[in-house]
Amino acid sequence: MIKFADNRASKQRKENLAFLTFRIMSYFVVVILAVIILFLLYNGARVISWDFITAMPAEGMTKGGIFPAIVGTLCLVAGSMVFAFPVGVLSAIYINEYAKDGLFKRFVKLMTNNLAGIPSIVFGLFGMSLFVNTLGFGDSILSGSLTLGLLTLPVVIRTTEEALRSVDNSFRQGSLALGATKLQTIRKVVLPISFPNIITGLILSIGRVSGETAPILFTVAAYFLPKLPHSIFDQVMALPYHLYVISTSGTNIEESRPMAYGTALVLIAFVLIMNIIANLLRRYFSKKVKMN
Amino acid sequence: MNSIISTRFLNLYYNEFHALKGITMDIQPNTVAALIGPSGCGKSTFLRLFNRMNDLIDGVKITGDVLVNGKDIYADVLDVVELRRTVGMVFQKPNPFPKSIFENVAYGMRVNGITDNQYIAEKVEESLRQAALWDEVKDKLKKSAFEISGGQQQRLCIARALAIEPKILLMDEPASALDPISSAKIEELIWELKKDYTIMIVTHNLQQAGRVSDTTAFFYLGELVEYGDTKEIFTQPKDKKTQNYITGRFG
Ligand SMILES: Nc1ncnc2c1ncn2[C@@H]1O[C@H](COP(=O)(O)OP(=O)(O)OP(=O)(O)O)[C@@H](O)[C@H]1O
Ligand SMILES: [Mg+2]
Repeated sequence: MIKFADNRASKQRKENLAFLTFRIMSYFVVVILAVIILFLLYNGARVISWDFITAMPAEGMTKGGIFPAIVGTLCLVAGSMVFAFPVGVLSAIYINEYAKDGLFKRFVKLMTNNLAGIPSIVFGLFGMSLFVNTLGFGDSILSGSLTLGLLTLPVVIRTTEEALRSVDNSFRQGSLALGATKLQTIRKVVLPISFPNIITGLILSIGRVSGETAPILFTVAAYFLPKLPHSIFDQVMALPYHLYVISTSGTNIEESRPMAYGTALVLIAFVLIMNIIANLLRRYFSKKVKMN
Repeated sequence: MNSIISTRFLNLYYNEFHALKGITMDIQPNTVAALIGPSGCGKSTFLRLFNRMNDLIDGVKITGDVLVNGKDIYADVLDVVELRRTVGMVFQKPNPFPKSIFENVAYGMRVNGITDNQYIAEKVEESLRQAALWDEVKDKLKKSAFEISGGQQQRLCIARALAIEPKILLMDEPASALDPISSAKIEELIWELKKDYTIMIVTHNLQQAGRVSDTTAFFYLGELVEYGDTKEIFTQPKDKKTQNYITGRFG
């Protein structure tokens, strides 16, 4: 007979201590998040109004609203997705479904991962040099969208790739064995199954794009432009840059302080709404995939 | 002899690993051939030769000939998609698509360019009947294929394969994940299908091989040890290894 040491009490104590530590850490995260949001609400809630969201800025940005910045951010988000989504999804399909395991595939993966590690200000600089100057798009929605699109491309590629990889191979085999081509298999089986996860990745990257400041600094963002854009070659204001401007270099920083908090609130609300939409869409489409 | 399937001195390598060794074998039309042998002896690998599913695995190398209907299916000019339409496959694990029951069966027709919805609907019913599943699912064709039992899913996969009217059906342990009743249903089904199809079935269940097959091939470590009439293989095997396997002395 083996004799087990009777150390149940000490084991139990260690268990409890470990759990307590984990729990405190997780509370800590929640508390920090809550503090940030409460802080913003406390300082910014009183400027939030219908006018704030729908009016032009006025009186050196100490009064009025942030309408053009909201519109600008929406334009930039849409523009960057129009670019990043097809390019990212198609290249992820290529990497995951077509490329054979080998040097080339590893190289492409390495490059996308490195792309993801480049600081966003560097993207800004690159965008200015390529889109604004070399290609002559000037400071415009087009230049800004392309720069933001480049920035988020690795995220789109990686989430799409993960979504594709999580599709069990038996589905692909089942389809091919019925005489479907590879393209048909991807279109009719692989993509519908992975669609919910692809969409989620997309929307999360929208959240990220909407908050980026550095890439738009030299490519599109206007300091003060109280009108709406007419074409993709126009400059726009944007929420994160507007926030930066009115908290550092406005005409009257102290007086525009509440406006800054209000802008931050709107920005956070936008990201939050995007995340909620992502979750709803994912649920909706995963249900749909099973039924269809 | 006009065999529908034959291999000549066939070797298959997974990179360095020699998985099938010099296999020569013929299968007659409208018969059921059972492939038996211990785990890892190459049965699934052999089965996957005939619809070229091994192509999907990196590092596979093949020498020798594989003929289906007298045609070298590894010839450069061969259309793999067309081959897979005539050589259907049922996998060991049921793998219905996350689509409705109806769309699962219709899938093969749709990807092969059939657009006549009337025809598709009739064929779906016919295939489900053939697979002995129609009565169980006729009221829920629009329901997800994930909402039926594993045994029903496997019969759905059989129906799906039948719907494009292949000539040959490859079955890799189609009943291994099933309860005895579903398993018996599939055996019955194989008997039925023999009229129109040539069937190769991998099985670990020797009684099952004895019941459903006309011929039996015994594989061991990548070699075809013995191949012949099922009755003979089971009653008077010529090779000592076959005898040992049949009588359960190893495996
Ligand atoms: N994708 C692969 N890469 C490398 N080796 C493989 C691969 N698939 C199978 N093999 C090897 O080839 C041999 C035959 O495998 P196979 O799957 O054909 O055996 P099997 O007879 O079907 O076995 P089981 O009864 O367990 O299904 C085994 O030794 C296996 O390790
Ligand atoms: Mg096997």
